[in-house]
Amino acid sequence: MTLEELQRTAQEERASQSKVACHLHVCTAASCLSAGSAQVKQALEQELAERGMRSFCRVKGVGCMGLCSAGPLVAAHPEGFLYGRVTPEDAPDITRSLVEGRPVRRLSVPTDQPFFRRQLKLVLENAGLVDPERLEEYIAAGGYASLLKALTEMTPQDVIREVTISGLRGRGGAGYPTGLKWSTVAKSTDAEKYVVCNADEGDPGAFMDRAVLESDPHRVLEGMTIAAYAVGARHGFIYVRAEYPLAVARLRTAIRQAERAGLLGNRIAGTPFSFHIEVRLGAGAFVCGEETALMASIEGRRGTPRPRPPYPAEYGLWGHSTLINNVETFANIPVIVREGGQWFARIGTATSKGTKVFALAGRVVNTGLIEVPMGISLREIIYEIGGGIPDGRRFKAVQTGGPSGGCIPEEHLDTPVDYESLAALGSMMGSGGLIVMDDATCMVDLARFFLEFSKGESCGKCVPCRVGTAHLYELLDRLVKGEADGESLRMLEELSDLLRHTSLCGLGQSAPNPVLSTLRYFREEYEAHLAGRCLAGTCRVGANR
Amino acid sequence: MSRMRLATIWLDGCSGCHMSFLDMDERLIELAGQLELVYSPLVDLKEFPEQVDVTLVEGAVGTSEDEEKLRHIRARTRILVALGDCAVTANVPAMRNPFGPQACLARAYQENATRNPGAPQDEVPRLQTRVRPLHEVVPVDVFVPGCPPSADVIFYVLQELLAGRVPDLAGRSRFGA
Amino acid sequence: MNAGIKTLRIDGRDVSARADQTILQVARENDIFIPSLCYLEGLSPVGACRLCLVEVKGASRLLPACVTRVEEGMEVTTRSERLDAYRRMILELLFSERNHICSVCVSNGHCELQSLAERLNLTHVHFPYRYPRLPVDASHPRFVADHNRCILCTRCVRVCDEIEGAHTWDVMGRGIEARVITDLNQPWGESESCTSCGKCVHVCPTGALSEKGRSVAEMAKRRQFLPYLTMMRTQAR
Repeated sequence: MTLEELQRTAQEERASQSKVACHLHVCTAASCLSAGSAQVKQALEQELAERGMRSFCRVKGVGCMGLCSAGPLVAAHPEGFLYGRVTPEDAPDITRSLVEGRPVRRLSVPTDQPFFRRQLKLVLENAGLVDPERLEEYIAAGGYASLLKALTEMTPQDVIREVTISGLRGRGGAGYPTGLKWSTVAKSTDAEKYVVCNADEGDPGAFMDRAVLESDPHRVLEGMTIAAYAVGARHGFIYVRAEYPLAVARLRTAIRQAERAGLLGNRIAGTPFSFHIEVRLGAGAFVCGEETALMASIEGRRGTPRPRPPYPAEYGLWGHSTLINNVETFANIPVIVREGGQWFARIGTATSKGTKVFALAGRVVNTGLIEVPMGISLREIIYEIGGGIPDGRRFKAVQTGGPSGGCIPEEHLDTPVDYESLAALGSMMGSGGLIVMDDATCMVDLARFFLEFSKGESCGKCVPCRVGTAHLYELLDRLVKGEADGESLRMLEELSDLLRHTSLCGLGQSAPNPVLSTLRYFREEYEAHLAGRCLAGTCRVGANR
Repeated sequence: MSRMRLATIWLDGCSGCHMSFLDMDERLIELAGQLELVYSPLVDLKEFPEQVDVTLVEGAVGTSEDEEKLRHIRARTRILVALGDCAVTANVPAMRNPFGPQACLARAYQENATRNPGAPQDEVPRLQTRVRPLHEVVPVDVFVPGCPPSADVIFYVLQELLAGRVPDLAGRSRFGA
Repeated sequence: MNAGIKTLRIDGRDVSARADQTILQVARENDIFIPSLCYLEGLSPVGACRLCLVEVKGASRLLPACVTRVEEGMEVTTRSERLDAYRRMILELLFSERNHICSVCVSNGHCELQSLAERLNLTHVHFPYRYPRLPVDASHPRFVADHNRCILCTRCVRVCDEIEGAHTWDVMGRGIEARVITDLNQPWGESESCTSCGKCVHVCPTGALSEKGRSVAEMAKRRQFLPYLTMMRTQAR
């Protein structure tokens, strides 16, 4: 597909869409599907057919609209009415309202609420608007224009320069500068290079990558292809966890579509540049999100990390120079190429540019998927976007970064969301899990939960992580049960320090963070457990006395 | 200067460390002038005395009686020495820990018994769920690993303690030995 | 290979090295002791036991000496209070992980874990012992695998794969549940790939792998063959 053909496809698609007066967007991402959106979609289609309204209104499956707690979500366009908790029985009311041009009040979700107003969507700009299973819709929304721009108007160095100027940093959690990583791989003289997309999202409560892949898979392919052009790779892999069957299916569909359209594969868009993408499924090991373990898994070996250096840029897949980025990182690339690095760099803070997608979960009124500019405060996210704490309870802490992150208490809620600020608090940006806890949460029990996770997900290769996470978990378990002795806290700190400084990979190095951050901000809860009390009143600690 | 008040005791162990103690041979006579053996399986005293300077504890903590004795000793001892691997690591007695006391008793008194099968119930201390090294029960001042620690090591430890120094076991004894 | 020569400083001593050498190799050449359990000359290094972590001036993290290549002007510290403490704790973790009863072990007196504990002045383990229930596989006619003594150094896995070429051994399970297995977790005696060469037994640092018929303290290992095998293999090319 050449530039002209791409533009023609976009025009045709837009023309076809404008033939119908309105569109009903039904969310068909995993959250709403699990709430029954497939049945809603079917009921709406049937209702329209029975009323003979199919030339007037089209029902479209789209990706995530964000407010998962109100799912299944249906949006009526062009008016932009949003309906929540829709059931198949609501289909007649919704179709009737289309004719009347008035919203169905009892289902209405206000779209002017802070949940929507405070967000800034770049990565998710198409989510909820395009049908993730149709290439034409992505193209009509401006998709693949950035790829063709890169291929026809820019040199690889130009692309890298824009990415560097944009200030984009890795969205997988560590925040390594993307432009620097790309230029390192580009400089390698290796004849064979690879581009790998890390979609092995595994933090409990996090579903950012899943939402992006389910809502806008072509965007990730486009970002990867631009990256491959920039660094000089011909082969790419997307490593997705097998627990994401819908994301996998949509990715495979998208790859097939893009290949057929000449936007992926040999001689892309008629240029000499070729790039092939294969999907590889992860078998559910958290550690395979660590890049060296991920590469081992792609190669067909046991998914365990190895010491770095050498970094993948130098010694990656099958020993070749390899670029590994996270889903969200790649999803940012089309915007950066389209709007320019300077434009992108104006969003966010001095050191953290652009936006960040978060999976907002836990004890907040609005849970779901959000995208916010870097630098927004945690308080704004929780109280404005999240709508505060439900059931009249008090906020206690917010957990960012999953099992590698930490808990941030009330007094630090005005901290801006950026890589450095969160790290300074003993937490981390992480991949984007954001779990809010109220005063009914026991912080010792929470630390125990995360250590149980890390203990179960440690690969067992290095001694500190393998044995240390088990000891940490058992110490916390004894605290929760009221069986711990006075040495426990010192031992927790000692083991945490050991793991942080001697573990082989990020999993072990960051596994103590939930312990250290809760010890730092909620030490009194630990001490209470030693004295046989749980301040939140949720542990079994008192029961044994 | 008064002589150092020394006690020795043997909990869940094989008495091998005490044998090693006796292996100090003629050095025992030399020591006898500097210390007073106030309590030991080697002397006939029923009550553990007050104000003991040094107690050498052989064996792990495997029963409620062991635990009671150890706490009693700790309260009356200035320097408590974990003597030998059972005291330091729980060693061989702890080999029952992966299986639990019931399986252990059943194997000894039921499955392999040819007469009067059945574990003793009365007048014997109950086995605890786990055999533990001393330091998991009370604070320990000096650890002397070895199964058993050699007579030379025990002599060295006592000499150092007599001289008012903390013995440095580096390179002198090891687990197993 | 024509690698450049680098000079560096280890514990204040100036030493020279080939550019493709690791800190550990150079240290050992110069009789500078760095503890290690997973490393064995002749096998690929894995950096798993973390005992060989050293301080390198300018590096923000501790680096495993077994996989870190020398660099010009590098300043390496192999002993410090902090490193000693970490190393002792790592040994403690190993002792507490499984059931290491030195006094009744076939390798008593010939065990690398035991002698490192002595060398690093580890007099007791202050972490609670875990006492897992683990199998002993005596199905092989000549060898025994006692998982109670295994420290998961994976030397057996590597020697079998890299030197013998059989790849009978591998690792199964995650985290604290990880275990070395033969074939697809079949009894060793039923393994079809095992050539009964015994290399795994002799590279094993502890009493986890031993020859049958050995009693307490009788299992001394012979490792001299390894450098020869590696030498012959490289020269054959």
